[in-house]
Amino acid sequence: MSALTLRLSESPRQRIDLSAFTPDRLDGASIADIQAIPLWVGNRQVATGDLFEVAGDDVSDIRIASNSDRLDSIGAGMSQGRIQVAGDAGAYLGRGMRGGEIHVSGNASILAGTGMTGGVIRIDGSAGDFLGAALPGDRRGMRGGRIEVRGNAGDRVGDRQRRGTILIAGDAGDYCGSRMGAGTILVLGKTGANTGFGMRRGTLLLGHPPELPPTFNDNGEWDLDVITLLTSSLAELEPPFGTLPQRGKRVRRWLGDLGYGGQGEVLVWS
Amino acid sequence: MIRNGIEIEDSFAEAFGMNATRLVITALNPRWARIAAETMTGFATSVIGCGAEAGIERELSPDETPDRRPGMSVLLFAMSGKDLEKQVERRVGQCVLTCPTTAIFSGMSSEKPVPLGKNLRFFGDGHQISKLIDGKRYWRIPVMDGEFLCEEMTARRSAVGGGNFLVLARSLPQALAACEHAVEAIRALPSVLLPFPGGIARSGSKVGSKYKALMASTNDAFCPTLRGLVDSRLDAEVGAVLEIVINGLTEADVSEATRVGIDAVCTLGADSGVIRISAGNYGGKLGQYHFHLRELMA
Repeated sequence: MSALTLRLSESPRQRIDLSAFTPDRLDGASIADIQAIPLWVGNRQVATGDLFEVAGDDVSDIRIASNSDRLDSIGAGMSQGRIQVAGDAGAYLGRGMRGGEIHVSGNASILAGTGMTGGVIRIDGSAGDFLGAALPGDRRGMRGGRIEVRGNAGDRVGDRQRRGTILIAGDAGDYCGSRMGAGTILVLGKTGANTGFGMRRGTLLLGHPPELPPTFNDNGEWDLDVITLLTSSLAELEPPFGTLPQRGKRVRRWLGDLGYGGQGEVLVWS
Repeated sequence: MIRNGIEIEDSFAEAFGMNATRLVITALNPRWARIAAETMTGFATSVIGCGAEAGIERELSPDETPDRRPGMSVLLFAMSGKDLEKQVERRVGQCVLTCPTTAIFSGMSSEKPVPLGKNLRFFGDGHQISKLIDGKRYWRIPVMDGEFLCEEMTARRSAVGGGNFLVLARSLPQALAACEHAVEAIRALPSVLLPFPGGIARSGSKVGSKYKALMASTNDAFCPTLRGLVDSRLDAEVGAVLEIVINGLTEADVSEATRVGIDAVCTLGADSGVIRISAGNYGGKLGQYHFHLRELMA
């Protein structure tokens, strides 16, 4: 069996919802079935075969090749298998994902990993705003699993995050971890303004001192064994995440947001 | 059967089904990990009076522990899952939570969960922090030396308790020296526990008593000072008998520990003063596991 490959024939002018192409939803489908799946392009429906060159038969290993950033909801709701995107992904990458793995070689647009409860999303490039955050109107963002971003992330990373881990090798934008309820966000680069604004609980682990709202209090420097547990659990990943145990467990700790209970923490490696 | 001049009696040890868990205690240095482990496993020689049988399994190097600090592996046995849960919570709460610099983790996985930090977290009075890492939940409880880190759950499994063998020697010092040698050999093995002081018991018991309130009493057949008064199992040359009681996570662990222990005694030879190796049983009617000495040593 060979991986199911979807190669975009030409870059669309409208956005395309690719949530139909997950290992779960394609289970048992033949290549003809897949080519016949209707996709909305603007206000008209087009068969998948008219938009993509479809090849391969292993629906548990899906490869999407595209030079467009308008392919939305890739891997939405998937619970198993693997999706590899050669190129960029659109919005809502891995929305509501429950398991499996998504790998994007390029960038991902807004709201990647929103509402995900399990699995792994790996983005080699950068991620847009609201990474792992809640959809407008939702009470909770990411609720499990792990997101790895090798590049930078936009604003509002982990907004209303409830559980799970977000790893960012580069920088994060403003309001990183805003309104967070639990979970862990790691940013090895710099963070923007108002980091942790409205945090109730949860952990922000940072490589550089952040610009915090005035409603955070300095808690001093600590050797936290939980940092060892966390970094050891990432040791099998490629650098820079896999080499985090070398940073040790001594951190400067800030507690906040005191306007929202103050049970959250911002840790900065000393 | 005679090994190196020491007779191995055609007898068997009778052991019982128990429930066991393994815990990993870590601390700033090996000294404090040992203090916590010894405190937690204190007063745990027999389920009859202590509620649990517990002891240190072995010392762990930093690269063997979850938080990369020096640690101790501890085994805890109880008669039922419920008893085990109660003992884990009490002992960890009073002896590990209180001990400076320590953290505690599960050292075992199974489908039978036992709360570890699940209820202890409430000591944090609302300031406790939960972290879910690799599918395991940990609790960070603020304490006066920083944070007490503990895993939420450990696990239990069916185990075997009460395996044993008796060392009959010409004198007490000789019996003690032989048993110490056996204990040293057995303690090198994983997954076994010798719950009695120094791994050795002198008060072997029989079922029942002339006193109605007691369910067990002294094993008079092996008491040298009762020779001539009761139906003694001791020859005139036997001056002292000591017992090594063995708990293990599996029947195979207890078998291997018994074999290693008896083998260690036999290597000392008859010149050590050891005359005979026997075992304690209740006629085979009470315990579900039987360890026949001659089969083990064959």
